Amino acid sequence: MPPPFPGSLHSSFRALSFSMPVFIIRRLMQSVLVLCFMSLLVFVGVYAIGNPVDILINPQADQADIERAIAALGLDKPLWEQYLIFLKQALLGDLGKSFAYNIPAIQLILERMPATLELALAATGMAVLLGIPLGLWAGLAPDSWAGKLIMTGSILGFSLPTFWVGLMLIMVFAVELGWLPSNGRGPTTEFLGVAVSFLSWEGIRHLILPATNLALFKLSLIIRLTRAGTREALLQDYVKFARAKGLSNARVVGVHVLKNIMIPIVTVIGLEFGSVIAFAIVTESIFAWPGMGKLIIDSINVLDRPVIVAYLLIIVSLFILINLTVDIIYSLLDPRVRISEARG
Amino acid sequence: MASTIQTATACILRGFALFAACGVLSVHAAELRIGLAADVTSLDPHFLNVAPNNNAAWHVFDALVHVDANVRIVPGLAVSWRAIDPTTWEFKLRKGVKFHDGSDFTAEDVIFSLERPATLTASPGPFTGFVKPIIAKKIVDPWTIRFKTDAPYAMLPYDLNSIFIVSKKAATGASTEDFNSGRAAVGTGPYKFVRFARGDRIELARNDAYWGEKSAWNKVTLRILPADTTRIAALLAGDVDAIENIPTADLTRLKADANLRLEQKVSWRTLFLHMDQYRDQPPHLSDKSGKPLAKNPFKDARVRLAVSKAINRRAIVERVMEGYAIAAGNLVSPPVFGHVDALKPETYEPEAAKKLLAEAGYPDGFALTLHAPNDRYVNDDQVAQAVAQMLARVGIQAKIETMPASVYFGKARAGEFSFALLGWGSFSGDLALRALVATPNAEKGYGAWNWGRYSNPKVDTLLEQGFATLVENKREALAREAATLALKEVPVILLHHQLASWAMKKNIAYSPRTDEYTFAHHFRPQ
Repeated sequence: MPPPFPGSLHSSFRALSFSMPVFIIRRLMQSVLVLCFMSLLVFVGVYAIGNPVDILINPQADQADIERAIAALGLDKPLWEQYLIFLKQALLGDLGKSFAYNIPAIQLILERMPATLELALAATGMAVLLGIPLGLWAGLAPDSWAGKLIMTGSILGFSLPTFWVGLMLIMVFAVELGWLPSNGRGPTTEFLGVAVSFLSWEGIRHLILPATNLALFKLSLIIRLTRAGTREALLQDYVKFARAKGLSNARVVGVHVLKNIMIPIVTVIGLEFGSVIAFAIVTESIFAWPGMGKLIIDSINVLDRPVIVAYLLIIVSLFILINLTVDIIYSLLDPRVRISEARG
Repeated sequence: MASTIQTATACILRGFALFAACGVLSVHAAELRIGLAADVTSLDPHFLNVAPNNNAAWHVFDALVHVDANVRIVPGLAVSWRAIDPTTWEFKLRKGVKFHDGSDFTAEDVIFSLERPATLTASPGPFTGFVKPIIAKKIVDPWTIRFKTDAPYAMLPYDLNSIFIVSKKAATGASTEDFNSGRAAVGTGPYKFVRFARGDRIELARNDAYWGEKSAWNKVTLRILPADTTRIAALLAGDVDAIENIPTADLTRLKADANLRLEQKVSWRTLFLHMDQYRDQPPHLSDKSGKPLAKNPFKDARVRLAVSKAINRRAIVERVMEGYAIAAGNLVSPPVFGHVDALKPETYEPEAAKKLLAEAGYPDGFALTLHAPNDRYVNDDQVAQAVAQMLARVGIQAKIETMPASVYFGKARAGEFSFALLGWGSFSGDLALRALVATPNAEKGYGAWNWGRYSNPKVDTLLEQGFATLVENKREALAREAATLALKEVPVILLHHQLASWAMKKNIAYSPRTDEYTFAHHFRPQ
């Protein structure tokens, strides 16, 4: 049974109008529950490990100083009391001040977020813009040397560990060849109120290696997905029918095949975007990229609880938003999903 | 006409010559980029007492008392100090010092800086401990201050080394953000604040009006590169000019590189093992079949000596630390005040160790668990493994449990370990003894890190006397006596002193420091 083509815009909007708001509200309510649960988990977890005073206190300090520091941070209160204080302040939008940095945790994370998002978006962009054409090529000509080379490359891409690949990239391109900088983020400029580095050539030079390192895994994934989807789509009746109709190869592949294989790819890209942000921790550490990932690792090492909680809450919210967006796009792409939602 | 042209030409030529000469005579416009090994969380010098923050603060701020490369105190913003009576210290301040904003440094700034740490209550590592002994301050004149303590206290100059002097005008009511943005980061130090990009870098510019030796660099960038491989790659690629904290595995390779220079010095950090000496049935200590022992073996000095003799410190230094350590016979490193040269590292005598264990009633040895952090000291988990293997050879079955420092210190302070690794850096032997082997006394502040609770009242008395002895050489004699007395009974198992290392381009040199600080102003072009 051939899949129907996405319907006209008019019917799309009509279907959206009464299922979408309900859908979104239901999702948001679930999200709030998830966030509460998440914060409780982190609280209990960090409490079970210890307190930052033991790690950060001056060695010359005596017992009285240590007790005083613990009390000043509110860490001597019982766990349930600490959690309730946190909830009360969180509802007012205050997620606490970092113990190590002494500035609001949210501010700390939000000021580093543009760096991580820039890296993640660059990596995703690289993976998509390279992955889909390469995957299509491999799918259209699977037995050619190019197709086989692409597939072998993709195996290497997702089996080589990110950490090692990053170090190799630095050793080859920065130390030996000296073409690119070995670490750090380039000079930033203001763009729509956010500091970005890709608007200058120096910034792009700093972005290339870390973005490549982060993109590798996803690139391989997209290549393989696209190839599999292409192989399957090419065998479908509607492709034969379109060719019989006399459509050019470019139109058959570029319009019909591509549109139909996009659904699983979009789903994976959306889900993977969250994990790209998560994996950015390793790339950020190796390339000294001043993003959120490095911040969370350092905060865990000193048990800076406000930052850990705030970071995880923000990340969970991001994941929820991404999943919501993917579901909406999904329903726009595939009318079957829309119709079933409208009915039920 | 011709003579006018001649004169004009001569003038122009002379002008050019002068211009060229000025160019040669002007100070070299040199830039230095350093790769630091740990993140600087804040540029507020009174907020959090951790080495990376203090390292950065030393570039912008000074203290009354400075410390030289051998961790001996030297004059800073105070040119001299003396005890005018047993409970009063008088400090004479340096005249003519200016803050970065041009204002004068006076006693008012000192008083303000000493009172500021107490106002920063939300700190997990405050500086308040250093100003606690001062019960009264008096400004005698703009360049003389008197501090009163409630009992004779010899360590005041040392404590004042830890309090940075900020400008009262700029820092009144300032928050941490004000320091990070530079508004309040006005000090008297060799560099002025330019920019602080959190987690990334600190940019500084030379203070041409500095009272001390002017730095060779007019622009300094402190890059924050905590990952070891990243830091080394940055040096090899030329993105930074110098780095600190090189892992022992990479030192040999960097030493062999013809384009790089390596500087090393014994660090003040000493590694040792605490042994539980207060509980009858300490946790993780049993006989070889797992049954608890009748009494605590560590309470017997012979067992402690046996454990010390069982450890081959030379092997640890040569194999585990790859030669980059010095076996320890003292709690403090050789250059440090109170070091006793006569106390040598315990010799490796496994047979004697077995005999001592048999004498003490453990012919078949016993079993224990060695706890250690795995991300805090250089090669800490490998050192733990080596020690465990060495103990096994004399019949003590040792299991190892390592964990991240964030988990380790909380558990250690809660008394969950009976044989635990600790590293300690101190600029005075008696301070180390007070924290590590003095009888724990919360009131007096003694033994805060004496996890094993070794107790020798004679040592405590000597330390008390020492801290009240205001004459330095008498105090050193007391410190040495206390160290000799305590270490004779093996209160802790001393292992080794670490080595601090710096790697840099061949054309610059650094005066290495025992306190492991990396100061841009101590780098010199060659």
